[in-house]
Amino acid sequence: MSKEDEKGMSLIVKTITRLTVGLILLYGLYIVFHGHGSPGGGFTGGVIIALSFIHLMLAYGKEVAFRKLSEAAASFFVSLGAILFLAIALLGFTGGYFFLNFIPKGEPFRLFSAGIIPLCDIAIGLIVGAGLFAIFVALVSLKLEPERKE
Amino acid sequence: MITASNIIPLFVAIPLAGAFLISLLGKRIKRLPDVLGVSVALILCGLSLLSVRLYSIYGILTYSVGAWKLPIGIGMVLDGLTSFMLVTINLIAFCIVVYSVNYMERYTAKWSFYTLFFLMVGGMNGVVITGDMFNLFVLLEIAAVASYALVAFGTDRHELEAAFKYAIMSTVGSLFILLGIALLYSYTSTLNMADMANILAQKGTGNITLMVSVLFLMGFGLKAALVPFHAWLPDAHPSAPAPISAMLSGVLIKALGIYALCRIFYNVIGLSPTLSSVLMFLGTLSMVVGVLLAIGQWDLKRLLAYHSISQIGYVVLGIGLGTPLGILGGLFHLFNHSVFKSLLFLNSGAVEYSTGTRDLQKMGGLTSRMPVTGTTNLVASMSISGIPPFNGFWSKLIIIIAVVQAGRFGYAFWAVLASLLTLASFMKVMKYAFFGELRENLSRIREAPLFMKLSMGALAFLCVVGGLLLLPGVKEVFLQRATDVLLEGTEYAVIVLKGIK
Repeated sequence: MSKEDEKGMSLIVKTITRLTVGLILLYGLYIVFHGHGSPGGGFTGGVIIALSFIHLMLAYGKEVAFRKLSEAAASFFVSLGAILFLAIALLGFTGGYFFLNFIPKGEPFRLFSAGIIPLCDIAIGLIVGAGLFAIFVALVSLKLEPERKE
Repeated sequence: MITASNIIPLFVAIPLAGAFLISLLGKRIKRLPDVLGVSVALILCGLSLLSVRLYSIYGILTYSVGAWKLPIGIGMVLDGLTSFMLVTINLIAFCIVVYSVNYMERYTAKWSFYTLFFLMVGGMNGVVITGDMFNLFVLLEIAAVASYALVAFGTDRHELEAAFKYAIMSTVGSLFILLGIALLYSYTSTLNMADMANILAQKGTGNITLMVSVLFLMGFGLKAALVPFHAWLPDAHPSAPAPISAMLSGVLIKALGIYALCRIFYNVIGLSPTLSSVLMFLGTLSMVVGVLLAIGQWDLKRLLAYHSISQIGYVVLGIGLGTPLGILGGLFHLFNHSVFKSLLFLNSGAVEYSTGTRDLQKMGGLTSRMPVTGTTNLVASMSISGIPPFNGFWSKLIIIIAVVQAGRFGYAFWAVLASLLTLASFMKVMKYAFFGELRENLSRIREAPLFMKLSMGALAFLCVVGGLLLLPGVKEVFLQRATDVLLEGTEYAVIVLKGIK
């Protein structure tokens, strides 16, 4: 992530990106972790996380972004998030019901409260963050063969 | 709550777990997608048969997700119609997974095929088993979105075009459904189907229910490919790989279209005579138009896709009639159609696998080189055309008898005519593709591999013995229970709410 890289946009865009991209990622994580206590949640936070990587890709080009989060890693995180979410739902069976909130609820508006909801938010954040990035990559890199005249 | 009802969420959880595990590990371990796929489908098939047994012991079973009290939380309901649909979906899905073990070798990303496939199965199982309006919409979208991706699986130009067309039209349908659900929610202030039926019965039906009925008719009609809304089907179904065509034509249009249509019109809103005649008219229209369009096709899979429209017409005619015999015939035809239509699509896949073409004019004499495919295709063709001992004959017979008993002779005439035209178009398939002279360039083709033969053989066996479901003793357990659910109409609310308390 150096500004001397040939590819990507101009020096101004690269510098601004370098300064803001970490903050965007951090803000996304904040929204995910506080989803149960304040507006937002797994999906919104996940979108912001994905945007930070997309931002990087737009400013610096594909190679730099893939060094941070490769396509294989993105698809791995999507599957992992989905498995985690399902596992949380299935763990509810320990209390007798599918999707039961089996962890003590705690005090409202604290970080560690609301039982399984923050865990679900983290799983959804993984799915959406990696998934939206993967969708963006697929849309950018898909090329169709030109139609052959027969 | 009875312990037995713990089986209910498994119908959604198991296919989803299968899908995500395959996507997580399938790329790294080579044989895992096949092994895991077949075992998940087998478990689901066993569970669905078990659900028929459980229903006959305990009666209606309800489940509240996350222990939230019904009708506020999301409810799941297992009744006769649900277990009937579950058996249909999971039985066909199992046969198709076995077939795909060999067939999908041609494509590079087998694991992503299985992932999407099980997402679709999970969505369909969820649509069938849920007792909540909005949950139905969400699961319907899961199944539909997975199917858009599966239609485009080959990523050829025409496949992408077909998938895009399908995605747009189906999304418009989903939008109508969502609007209908929103209007119903604002009118009744509840989303639980049983509760909704209760409140609708108390408040009485007005213009709002009429509006909602029309929206649902358009939305679910699009999903089921009834005739004015059928334009996406002849492009989407042939473009997909053969196992997916079989799944889409065999099960998806029924689980998302017909099942949801019946459940809402019979059990939630209540079937008015006007609605019944609209359904019968649309059914007959699909039946005749579908078969007329099919008869001129030379692309084997496109011909089969038009026949799906036509056969769905029979199902809707039977169910729309609303008499006990008509509903029984319609549901029986729904089961039979999913068996023989998926068999026909699998046959077309085997032909394409061996010869590399779908054009009927380039085939000929294939039975001599591919005896299993030829024989099973003959069985399926006779089933769909309604030749006696095969299953399609019995269900069409029941539908026609029911229509005559109700005094609708015009509809009976069209049903018989469409059946004759179906016979004609399948005689064309058999003559051009399987009988006659073997062509020079096809003299060295091979029969399809083992697993494909196994799955086609199993489905052909079901076609032959399908009529036995009408035997007294068997009929009461399987078909009659599903029919009773639709016959009880809006009594459904009382029965389900009793199960909740």
